[in-house]
Amino acid sequence: MTVTHRVPGRAARTGTPLTSGGAAARRPRRRWQPVLLFMVPSFLILGAFVIYPIIQSFIFSFQNVTIGGPTSWVGIDNYVTLFKDSQFWNALGITLEFTVASVAVLVVVGFILALLLQGESLANRIVRSIFFFPTIVSLVTIGLVWKFLLDPNIGFVGGLFDLLGIPPVSWLTSTSLALPTVIFVNIWKNLGFAMILLLAGLKGVPQERYEAARIDGARTLQLVRYITIPGVRPTLLFTTLILTIQTLQVFDLVFVMTDGGPIFSTDTLVNLIYRDAFTNYQTGYASAISFVLFVIIVVISALQLRFFRYNDVD
Amino acid sequence: MSTESLRTAPRRPLAPARRGFAALRSSSKWIFLGIGVLAALIPFVWMISGSFRSEADLFKNPASLFPTSVTLHGYIGVWQQLPFLRLLANSFIFAGVTTVATLLFDSMCAYVLSRVPFRGRSIAFWLVIATLMVPFQVTLIPVFIELFHLGWLNTYQGLIIPRATSAFGIFLFRQFFISIPPELDEAARIDGASHWRIYWQVILPLSRPAIATVAILNFMNLWNDLLWPLVVTTSPDMLTLPAGLTLFGGQHITDHAILLAGATISLLPIAIGFFLAQKYFVAGVATTGLK
Repeated sequence: MTVTHRVPGRAARTGTPLTSGGAAARRPRRRWQPVLLFMVPSFLILGAFVIYPIIQSFIFSFQNVTIGGPTSWVGIDNYVTLFKDSQFWNALGITLEFTVASVAVLVVVGFILALLLQGESLANRIVRSIFFFPTIVSLVTIGLVWKFLLDPNIGFVGGLFDLLGIPPVSWLTSTSLALPTVIFVNIWKNLGFAMILLLAGLKGVPQERYEAARIDGARTLQLVRYITIPGVRPTLLFTTLILTIQTLQVFDLVFVMTDGGPIFSTDTLVNLIYRDAFTNYQTGYASAISFVLFVIIVVISALQLRFFRYNDVD
Repeated sequence: MSTESLRTAPRRPLAPARRGFAALRSSSKWIFLGIGVLAALIPFVWMISGSFRSEADLFKNPASLFPTSVTLHGYIGVWQQLPFLRLLANSFIFAGVTTVATLLFDSMCAYVLSRVPFRGRSIAFWLVIATLMVPFQVTLIPVFIELFHLGWLNTYQGLIIPRATSAFGIFLFRQFFISIPPELDEAARIDGASHWRIYWQVILPLSRPAIATVAILNFMNLWNDLLWPLVVTTSPDMLTLPAGLTLFGGQHITDHAILLAGATISLLPIAIGFFLAQKYFVAGVATTGLK
């Protein structure tokens, strides 16, 4: 059917009238042609290492799986266990807290930075590069450096506090401070990322709207409130969604800085999945947790799409 | 741009009070940004300087950003106490080979999805897009078991092959290929060129920006990745830099300068790439939301 759609367009563009027996009709959509082999490597890999594993993971979550050993069906036992498992609820709570705090600060501060730095002056460009730089650095490097920076004995932060006469703070070894500290480092790392995404959105707001509003006598803050924010709403949604999905899967930073401790106070869902699957070898149970995480991600994405009323933006 | 120019392009001269207000606002903007810039830079300055400092210096002067005397023991220790050459080589092989394979496979797949009409094409494309929505952790355990049965744990093929295509790459290439006028490859086809020649000699040479974006994004993600190499490799011989630094840092090595030296070296390729090709980093991250 697309062929018939394409014929008039093609004919109009080239100016040559095409009959039904023309060149386009001689190249119909075919089921099979050798060039389709071009797709084989990608589809083989996606099939074997993404699509098939999703199905497997779903099946595992109803099984008691031992790697290289026997597996047995346990029905919904894994999910029942999970429902009663205080470790799971702890990890879920921490993951949600981590996500809400990170995403809220990142979107708000990232938006302010994008507003301040949207001009193309040299100074703005340099500052933008500096803020963006942590985005491309591995979480292992960042986790390691911040862990040392916050070390009460050798860290620069402790050193500064000492100069100011403030007693040393054990940022990562206190159960009440460890989580906020890791969240802070996560925000520090991703601020430039949020800023870049939002800057792309700001560029898409038509200049005429600002000029029309200015002629109507709008002040700067009114411009932000009535022109900029509605104009970047799709980007705000996209940024919130991407950051939420990424933060729900936070692992590296926690693994490097605290490994879930002290006393599980920073134990996120992926940390728990990793520990259950690869340290405790409860593979089926870990699959059940990962499926719950999957469902949470899908539900939160759907809620955010609805909350931002993405569809009636344009 | 917009609010900035609005503020500085008044229709009539500003009253002194408003001019003072504007100056105050501009300077408070730069004070705010200045603090931000310091906060963004100090950890890296401290990391690099720390890699040249002795343990004694670190303990004695924690408030100092710079070494009192420069020592190279961190950089020497990294080679002596870690299988550092092996970690570095593994990281380069893993990130490099995987990126090259991804570029080839993704662009080939995208060529068909953008250029060859066939029944089921839109289903194939949406299947690719759908895999983007699946969190990596959901597939991690079954993939680990697959690799176990294949005997691919602790091997390069185990590290590389499952990651050798990326749905984001296919998507990005497809969008780019669609923007290349079809008249170009139709002319080539009339001259008798095969699909392979059109792909290799017409489409790819025109797609340098897309290639650069996908290459940089992929290399960066693979180079920085921790969870995947941590799961697929257990023997110290097969670890990549991030996995090695994490595992050895936790257990064997207590000297801070050594770990900071390792972190500095592992940052170097990405930092150099960033200074040379910043616009591709920014374009890649901004269009895909990946980092």
